[in-house]
Amino acid sequence: MRLSYPADIKVIQVPCTGRVDILHLLNAIEDGADGVYVAGCLEGECHYREGNLKARRKVEYVKKTLEELGIEPERVEMYNLSSAQGARFAEIANEMAEKIKGLGPTPIKANSAA
Amino acid sequence: MIVADRKSIEEILGMVKDCRKILVVGCKGCVTVCNVGGLKEVEILASTMKIARKKDGNPLEIDERVLERQCDREYVSQLGDEVNNYDAVVSMACGVGPQFLSEMYREQRFFPAVNTTFFGGATQHGVWEERCAGCGTCGIHMFGGLCPIARCAKSLLHGPCGGSSNGACEVNKDTECIWDSIVRKKMEAGELEDLMGVKGLKDWQTARDGGPRRSIREELVQGNI
Repeated sequence: MRLSYPADIKVIQVPCTGRVDILHLLNAIEDGADGVYVAGCLEGECHYREGNLKARRKVEYVKKTLEELGIEPERVEMYNLSSAQGARFAEIANEMAEKIKGLGPTPIKANSAA
Repeated sequence: MIVADRKSIEEILGMVKDCRKILVVGCKGCVTVCNVGGLKEVEILASTMKIARKKDGNPLEIDERVLERQCDREYVSQLGDEVNNYDAVVSMACGVGPQFLSEMYREQRFFPAVNTTFFGGATQHGVWEERCAGCGTCGIHMFGGLCPIARCAKSLLHGPCGGSSNGACEVNKDTECIWDSIVRKKMEAGELEDLMGVKGLKDWQTARDGGPRRSIREELVQGNI
């Protein structure tokens, strides 16, 4: 397919999004990531039954936490797609990158550098 | 177990607003079981606090520890002198923890990160309910195994009040009237007569009304067992 997606997205592979932890998401924000998104399998199609559903709940928890801290919750998102949807993967990457560009740099990085 | 709820991040941040370096201490006892103050919660709180303070351009250095229990001096003593390397210490244990810490390390400030709520158990994942009021004179067997001291809003001992409606308590419609449940259970067991007797006055001196309580087991104090 040779599809391209923004070069500033760093992909971290996990065996299942059920492995993604609240701390992984929080630590990414803490370390200055402008945004984090989890790309899980389609709902209802998790090989481990509900790994992607658990990941969504963790994403929602982190969104709530960010909101309490006055940080845009949109910086953390959950997406669902199948491994056969390469075009959709690139589309989501572009969509997320555009959204983060719209929000601007993370307030974490800006202030700690100052 | 002792059940607790975490305080709001805003309140906890307010406690340590003048600090630059703190220690967050969890407990592997009850608060780990009720998912409020164990290792995972310590890590989440520390990360959340660091994000908040970085956002304000006033970074906070946080170290994390989790003690076996914070209600035993032998474990509390494991913190040792390093406790004085911090501007303050935040405890995620129940209300016992920050006090045992404060008593042992008199030079340091300890802040509670949780609100200790009650003695209870989990009725489903994520839901805990009160079951015991720690009154010091257990009489659960007289009420079909259901405690009216802890579970009736008025701690009534001789039956439901007029506020019992369709099995719900007038204080909160989501709270079951425990007397409704006690009577139904005893009826089903054909033991309703057990509830008819007049009970003697309850001695509340064994509860909080007698002041702070102390339990002494002589055989243990003497080291014989």
